[in-house]
Amino acid sequence: MQRIGVFVCWCGSNIAATVDVAAVSDTLKNEPGVVFSTNYQYMCSESGQNILKDAIRDYQLTGVVICSCSPRMHEATFRKAAAAAGLNPYMVEIANIREQCSWIHKDKAAGTEKAIILGRAAIAKVHLNAPLTAGESPVTKRALVIGGGIAGIQTALDIAEAGFEVDIVEKQPTIGGKMTQLDKTFPTLDCAACILTPKMVDCAQNENISIYAYSEVEEVKGFVGNFHVKIRKKARYVDTTKCTGCGLCTEKCPVKKVSNEFNLGLDNRRAVYIPFAQAVPKVATIDADHCNMLKSGKCGLCAKVCTAGAIDYKQKDEIIDREYGAIVVATGYQPIALDKYDEFAYSQSKDVVTSLEFERLTNAAGPTGGTLLRPSDGTHPHTLVFVQCVGSRCEDDGRGKSYCSKICCMYTAKHAMLVREKYPDTEVYVFYIDVRTPGKNFDEFYRRAVEEYGVHYIKGMVGKVAPRADGKLMVQACDLLANEQLHIEADMVILAAAIEPDPSARHLATMLTASMDTNDFFTEAHPKLRPVESPTAGIFLSGVCQGPKDIPETVSQASAAAAKAIGLLAKNKLTCNPCVAHSDEWMCNGCSACEKVCPYGAITYMDKEFRMPDRTTAIRRVASVNPAVCQGCGACTVACPSGAMDLDGFSNSQIMAEVDAICKMK
Amino acid sequence: MSKEFDREQILRTSGVNPRKCMRCGKCSATCPSYDEMEYHPHQFVYMVEKGQLDELMASKSIYKCLSCFACVERCPRGVEPARLVEAVRLQVVRQQGNNHLKANDIPALLDDDLPQQAIVTALRKYSK
Repeated sequence: MQRIGVFVCWCGSNIAATVDVAAVSDTLKNEPGVVFSTNYQYMCSESGQNILKDAIRDYQLTGVVICSCSPRMHEATFRKAAAAAGLNPYMVEIANIREQCSWIHKDKAAGTEKAIILGRAAIAKVHLNAPLTAGESPVTKRALVIGGGIAGIQTALDIAEAGFEVDIVEKQPTIGGKMTQLDKTFPTLDCAACILTPKMVDCAQNENISIYAYSEVEEVKGFVGNFHVKIRKKARYVDTTKCTGCGLCTEKCPVKKVSNEFNLGLDNRRAVYIPFAQAVPKVATIDADHCNMLKSGKCGLCAKVCTAGAIDYKQKDEIIDREYGAIVVATGYQPIALDKYDEFAYSQSKDVVTSLEFERLTNAAGPTGGTLLRPSDGTHPHTLVFVQCVGSRCEDDGRGKSYCSKICCMYTAKHAMLVREKYPDTEVYVFYIDVRTPGKNFDEFYRRAVEEYGVHYIKGMVGKVAPRADGKLMVQACDLLANEQLHIEADMVILAAAIEPDPSARHLATMLTASMDTNDFFTEAHPKLRPVESPTAGIFLSGVCQGPKDIPETVSQASAAAAKAIGLLAKNKLTCNPCVAHSDEWMCNGCSACEKVCPYGAITYMDKEFRMPDRTTAIRRVASVNPAVCQGCGACTVACPSGAMDLDGFSNSQIMAEVDAICKMK
Repeated sequence: MSKEFDREQILRTSGVNPRKCMRCGKCSATCPSYDEMEYHPHQFVYMVEKGQLDELMASKSIYKCLSCFACVERCPRGVEPARLVEAVRLQVVRQQGNNHLKANDIPALLDDDLPQQAIVTALRKYSK
């Protein structure tokens, strides 16, 4: 029989106003096994904890029930206090009589009755508690950053700064991500390349950082502190150790008409290419889909002109095995496809462009050298119409996204402002539903576009864009404030397309067993208090993979994710949660039901030899739980048809004892 | 009949939830009959929401909607303003003596170019 102490907390008036705490402690005193029962104003205070510690010693308590707030709030506090008094911390149970009782009841009699019942349930559970000891696992002191955009770069730099090794895996031939394609950045209008490329170079030069560009994560195994990752380094057909990035091959390659993805298809590149001048690593890549030599064996011009002898047509994909303690996801975003938005004529006219394409059209390193020209005929546009919220804030209609993409209001204000500044002869219209500019100096920036640059902001949406035979775009829109329909003859229409997570994110989330929301954004462990951690231990989130955000926010989050990863890598050993599942091998029938429901990949099956009662041996397939990976969610215990799976600290018998105590008649 | 009854009836027959509207005005931006209408598609949505039905039901706007459903197709929130216009119109024509088009009026409207289907549709739309 356990010797149980009951401690009822008033929580000031939070509990005491709706629950008669003295009645609760008096009633629970008569429960079997209870040798001590008291109530106190603030159990979590130092003097409250001392009452607990003294009682444990004086009454030789083997179990403790605290009737107080949610275990999320103070379970750790009371476990620590009990441990200090020599009691196993897992012999402490919390009866939540605040969130689940006093806060939701008005009637004191009913509240008191419920508090007593909740206390009884906790006492019934403590009777079956057994001391648990937390295990330890080692930590590999290296981090993996998946995605080499500004988010991944910042996270990697911060982790490297703390003295840990970091690997960046980037699927494109260069790191830098979307930010390399931008012209200027709001709200200060500094040039994106000027602030980003030095960071890219820092990554390349930092001895703690290894860049795996043109590579993808192929497989993730293991658990927090001990991830085993396979990285596929895709064949570039160029020896990166020899290539000097001189670019001679990219000038001589005879295949000239390959759509240039860096300029979003607005111009062409060769089959062997360097995405842009400041690429890191600055080495050439041969596009196997278009290279004549790789397709038909007839050409070899690049190999002839390469003075470094770096071209290697026989190169194969390489698989690299690495171990990591922490993984940071920074997979970023892409603009949504606009082919379903027929009303905006995106597929019909070259002069209807997305905002990201517009960035390239105004970028000094873009296809027009920074002069804004109509893509269709290369003339100077006079009337430009910007349309906001294209695909954002849509009901689930199969075309758009339900969320606000967050960055469009600001970059559209930037585009409109820059066009008016550079080309004062233009008329610029921005059609908006709401202008959302919360952020430091953001609203001032938008007001400058209106007040100083004379951009016409019109409340209302564009209904349709009709290309006319003479090349003009007929824009039909509504001015809701003037209550009139507008017909504008435009030269260019720029669509602020919604952003969505990179399509590779879903597959990656499956490999990492990291959870995602319905929009394929990674979910954070807590939306307010743990915003950069995935619920899966050891996985951290950086940048737009977690939700739409602009560059300043992305960089803040990237540094936050780095801080969390550093906190993990700085530990030599990890204390595991001892409340993990275990399988009774004699009851397990090897059905795999638990393995299928386990969200953390903690359960594996193995064939094991058993000595049977008749002294023969038999090989049986049984489940085995890796306690370092198990998060104690209990899904397997529910799924197991034979009752072989049980959760330490929350065993089936403990839960049933609680239910019985609640259902028992007074 | 009470205004509240009218409003409930309109919401029921249309199946529209005007609260879903985020006031983007795309319905009115896309409407080909905009200039013909006193009250525009986006106004139908919030006037029904606010219960300003007398004005809507007295307005000729309810007969100007072409039922082209461009607003239904393009509304980002799935509000379907055309169904609301249709429901307001039905609420009017269903009342005693409120047929907008009577069979006897039709011969005067006929000409050689008018497709027969248009006559049938108009009669269905504008009469009980």
